[in-house]
Amino acid sequence: MLDLDKHFAVHAAALRLSAQRSEVIARNLANADTPNYKAADFDFRKALDNALGSGGLGMSDAGALRTTQRLHIGGASGSDPLSGIPLTTVNRIPLAPALDGNTVDVSLEQAEFAKNSIRYQASLNFLNSQMRGLMTAITGQ
Amino acid sequence: MSSFRIFDIAGSGVAAQNVRLNTVASNLANSSSVSSTPEGTYKARFPVFEAVRGEINGQETGAAVVVKEVIESGRAPNSRYEPSNPLADANGFVYTPDISTVEQITDMVSASRSYQNNIEVMRTARDLMMATFRLGQG
Repeated sequence: MLDLDKHFAVHAAALRLSAQRSEVIARNLANADTPNYKAADFDFRKALDNALGSGGLGMSDAGALRTTQRLHIGGASGSDPLSGIPLTTVNRIPLAPALDGNTVDVSLEQAEFAKNSIRYQASLNFLNSQMRGLMTAITGQ
Repeated sequence: MSSFRIFDIAGSGVAAQNVRLNTVASNLANSSSVSSTPEGTYKARFPVFEAVRGEINGQETGAAVVVKEVIESGRAPNSRYEPSNPLADANGFVYTPDISTVEQITDMVSASRSYQNNIEVMRTARDLMMATFRLGQG
């Protein structure tokens, strides 16, 4: 049987992470003039791997609940991509730190924000077409 | 775009830059205000920004920016000999604040750029959110 969680896992997690990353970048941009503020970011690939469990792309059942009795309720296989993802933000290494200790490079943040928005849109598109595919299968048209 | 936090963050940036624009306007408007004592002279005002970190369950939820305080410039005022001025002191001097117009204008440009950045972040977040609401509708 098709596992819906697995079916949507990658893009659902990527969508969520993109949203979180846009927040981190928004934070950097909001604090572009705050003295001693250090620009932060996180490693998207690592965070995605983290979100999808040890198997990388969520194909491993390592994190699944084990059922030893017939009446046990099994968890969704693979780890839940929508559970709390621990995010470790790292400070950016500035190319040219400002005199007031601020390390936000506004143009870099803008570029990252634009890139991240496109990724978000891409994940949305993938999810949409996956859903369309399912709908086609369900309605048979 | 979880729980609209991005709007809070960008909104705090807009609010902070707005305070900065206000202080610039106030400084420029008062750059030739005269006074009869050095102490009574208008003092240029500058906002001090600070990042406020929020945390829920040990996970950082974003740092908004707030105006920590508005400080007054410590620069000594300029004195000008103008005995005909009704505000002149016993020796015929009036005092004007030492405000550099160039400094204020660059500050204004910087503030308006940051303001626009934050607005742009909100606009993008809104567009993405609207796209998310339409998820699965084709």
